[in-house]
Amino acid sequence: MNNQTNKKLYVHNADQLKDYKKIGFWTRLRLRVFSANFLGTVIWKIFRFVLLVGISYIIIFPFITKISSSFFSPTDFTDSAVKLIPKNPTFDTYRAIIFDNDYFERLFNTATLSLFTAVIQTFITALIGYGFAKFKFKGRGIVFMLVILTMVIPQKTLMLSMFNKFRYFDIYGIIEVLKGAIGFGPNTTGLQLTDTHWPLFLLSLTGLGFKNGLYIFIFRQFYKGVPDELEEAAYVDGSGIFKTYFRIILPLTVPMMVTIFMFAFSWSWTDTFYTSLLYPSQTAVKLLPGLIEVPASMTTTTVAQELYESAILNAAGLLVILPLFIIFLFAQNALVEGIERSGIVG
Amino acid sequence: MNNTATKPATAPKKRKKAALDSKKARAGWFFVLPFIVGMIIIYLPIVVDSVKLSFHSIRPTATGIVTTFVGFENYSKALFDDPEFIKILTASLRQLVLDVPAIVIFALFMAIVLNQKMIGRAVFRAIFFVPVIISTGIIDSIDQSNSMASYMEGTIDTGSASTSAASDIINAMDVKKLLGNMIIGTELVDYVVGIVNGIFNIVNRSGVQLLVFLAGLQSINPSIYESCTMEGATPWETFWKITFPMISPMILVNAVYTVIDSFTSESNQVMSYIDHVYLEVANGRVISTAMSWIYFLLVVVLLGLVALLLSSFIFYQRRD
Repeated sequence: MNNQTNKKLYVHNADQLKDYKKIGFWTRLRLRVFSANFLGTVIWKIFRFVLLVGISYIIIFPFITKISSSFFSPTDFTDSAVKLIPKNPTFDTYRAIIFDNDYFERLFNTATLSLFTAVIQTFITALIGYGFAKFKFKGRGIVFMLVILTMVIPQKTLMLSMFNKFRYFDIYGIIEVLKGAIGFGPNTTGLQLTDTHWPLFLLSLTGLGFKNGLYIFIFRQFYKGVPDELEEAAYVDGSGIFKTYFRIILPLTVPMMVTIFMFAFSWSWTDTFYTSLLYPSQTAVKLLPGLIEVPASMTTTTVAQELYESAILNAAGLLVILPLFIIFLFAQNALVEGIERSGIVG
Repeated sequence: MNNTATKPATAPKKRKKAALDSKKARAGWFFVLPFIVGMIIIYLPIVVDSVKLSFHSIRPTATGIVTTFVGFENYSKALFDDPEFIKILTASLRQLVLDVPAIVIFALFMAIVLNQKMIGRAVFRAIFFVPVIISTGIIDSIDQSNSMASYMEGTIDTGSASTSAASDIINAMDVKKLLGNMIIGTELVDYVVGIVNGIFNIVNRSGVQLLVFLAGLQSINPSIYESCTMEGATPWETFWKITFPMISPMILVNAVYTVIDSFTSESNQVMSYIDHVYLEVANGRVISTAMSWIYFLLVVVLLGLVALLLSSFIFYQRRD
């Protein structure tokens, strides 16, 4: 009782009284409404809500327009009175994209490719991040600078050289010597790895894939937050360094790994840089970025041709991210949890 | 490995520690080995090759690519012969300098708002996460030439792809009238108007930063805030005395990330110009390489300046 009356003295905000049940209704109302900052709180709450709704609208509105325009028929675009809600809704756009542009084949290829690269990238960057966070070795600073370097050099800078590297793949002339030894003659120019999955596989396996520097950085910060005592206890009990990592540390990493996996998966899903660079022929391996073109059966010459084609491309874009969206809907809880536990703060 | 682990058990204590240290050092190398191997066999050759190519002119043939050394010709072409490059470069760097504070402040503010308890917080957080997923790659490249949103708002006529000034959220003239009587200079007014009209751009580019700030805010010990309220600090004071210093390392991380992200993004003007040169100009493949190395050097300088400037304001909480 004494405790509760004391508490009353410190109340600044009526919300803090929730557990104080013995107060009468009118007293509660008086405390709530006539407290000094009541008006300020209400104004702030309204302002906050309006702001959040407004910005959510900014994020979502382009999607609404994309979705609605994908159901427009060509005549709807010539009618300037038709906005957002189509007058003659049609599924032709989707039908043409799915069947003319080999949607399902592309979907399957991209799904397998993204799954494999994302899994490999997650494991490899976790390993590398652990190495940077928990071990002191000579040259660690320099190697970590190299990781930062891979983040900072834009991919565009390396575009041509990367293409050459994988078109005429060679490791300091070793492969050429080997091929020469087998009998390909002196004019061999390495292995042609473009139009296969090898380049992306190699890049993922060595932690050099898209934004992998960022993942390494995040994992490093995460592992720095894991107390050293855990490993020390395991070492004292006679567990080796690798056994400790795989048995004790890795299970702790799962939430963070889910987050990184989703990043890697969705970024490799929507990637256009590597797919256009490393699969130059467009036909050998059909991937989702190739979906973004106007199907042959949909070319029109109406007045609104430009808008109509733009609507088709948007519909194709929606088809690309729809599967991602469905996956996210299910994975969202794990994802947000993983980010919140990430300990990026270190 | 097991041999070295069992041997020191009988040895003196000092040697045991040294053995464990060297063992750990070797394990460290093992963990980062994939990266080092990749660096040596793939990445460094590519980087060196790219630097080398920027001093050459190339001609593709059936058996491979024939290169001839031309010295600084590509660089001088990019810097002095190309009428557009310098113009776009300076405009884009200026834009970058203006955008970084806007994005970081916006992300911090939104993170603070989203960290408060309210109805529908989960929904808002999910929506704010959307730009992280879609602001790269396919959707980004579609959106670059997309007039659908402005068409649906009914502000442009059928068939015209350009956005008109009418679709801007606020009109520059109105704000100028409003702020004209205050003595704050036209540049600042233009800056504010530019930010508000480019809010879509800023929201789209601040997704990752927002998540980083959110994680940072959640790691601040709640008992600090509790004792602040007990001592009678106002929310304003609490923000500047507690939240801001505690979050300041994240401000550096986010500023650096924003610079890196916006200068490597596909929608960047310089990047799209380099792309254009790569595809369409004669000998453009090497000139574009030279251009992007020039750009890279400039941004590294900028990055260094940002890090230097911010690191003097940062408060680190030492654990030990």
